[in-house]
Amino acid sequence: MAANTATCPECDAPVAIGTDAEVGEIVSCPECGADLEIRSLAPARLDVAPPEEEDWGE
Amino acid sequence: MTPPRIGVLCSRIRVEEKLLLQAFRARGVEPERIDDDELVLDIAGAGPAPWDAVLDRSLSQSRALAALRVLEAQGVATVNTAAVVTLCGDKVATSAALAARSLPTPRTLVAFTPEAALRAVEELGYPVVIKPAVGSWGRMVSRLNDRDAAEAVLEHKRALGTAADSVFYVQEHVDKPGRDIRSFVVGGETICAIYRESDHWITNTARGGRASNCPVTADIDRLSLAAAGAVGGGMVAVDLLERGDGELLVSEVNHTMEFRNSIDTTGVDIPGRMAEHVLALAAGRPLVSAAS
Repeated sequence: MAANTATCPECDAPVAIGTDAEVGEIVSCPECGADLEIRSLAPARLDVAPPEEEDWGE
Repeated sequence: MTPPRIGVLCSRIRVEEKLLLQAFRARGVEPERIDDDELVLDIAGAGPAPWDAVLDRSLSQSRALAALRVLEAQGVATVNTAAVVTLCGDKVATSAALAARSLPTPRTLVAFTPEAALRAVEELGYPVVIKPAVGSWGRMVSRLNDRDAAEAVLEHKRALGTAADSVFYVQEHVDKPGRDIRSFVVGGETICAIYRESDHWITNTARGGRASNCPVTADIDRLSLAAAGAVGGGMVAVDLLERGDGELLVSEVNHTMEFRNSIDTTGVDIPGRMAEHVLALAAGRPLVSAAS
């Protein structure tokens, strides 16, 4: 269910944003596979997700 | 009655965080997302903090610890607490806390130079495991099968790592049956457990380990609660290893548990149980802690 479409900052492909999406969520570009972070929902805007940091974990 | 003010400290919204936000909403509470990228905390700030309870879901252990310390000083109920994160976030601290309660763990030695670490390695015998004291998702966990490998890894860690990488955490290799057990403890109850199976000796699901349901036996329950209690209670995931003879050992305790592979597997609504624990804490009636 795509409520919204944004543009991949890496390859310019359209990326569908689901209706239950949250700001801060990570999605993958279906074209280039880049990990993208949803920065805003209205309007939908994506940024390349930051790489994993050394102290990340569970 | 005013709804409780719940904050969720997070870095990214992964599946887990999304399910937790939804679990709060399903219970009539709109949690406030606290983005650790944007957060500015006034340590001795005027006025009470705007949350009754904060759930830490930060990916960054350093950020989580700093934020939790400030929030706790301001009177906010936190889960997990800074004390729990401190113990779980450092394997030396975890092992020491488990040992203080005489809980069964793989034999573990700590040394501070490659030479001393090599003595520790040879004392335990090959294969042996070395792990970074601070780290997760199986990163840089190494199984050393012989002295050549041990010398190489220890010297590389000394030369390429930081001072913290020269705290050598050397652990007995447990010849587990192609799997380990992860149990989930929420507020003094073992709510479910999974087997993590892998063809690789590292069984983290972050590294491709497959999850299947593991019935919570009396032994798993008792050891999980004791391990959670040893680090201060709260909501933790306990990693257990099985020896060939069936003896269970506590391997690790994780303070920001990932559970996306464990909900359908176990049939337990893990995010729902977590949200209820946080809401009880916010209302000042925390569920019984495993520490008590």
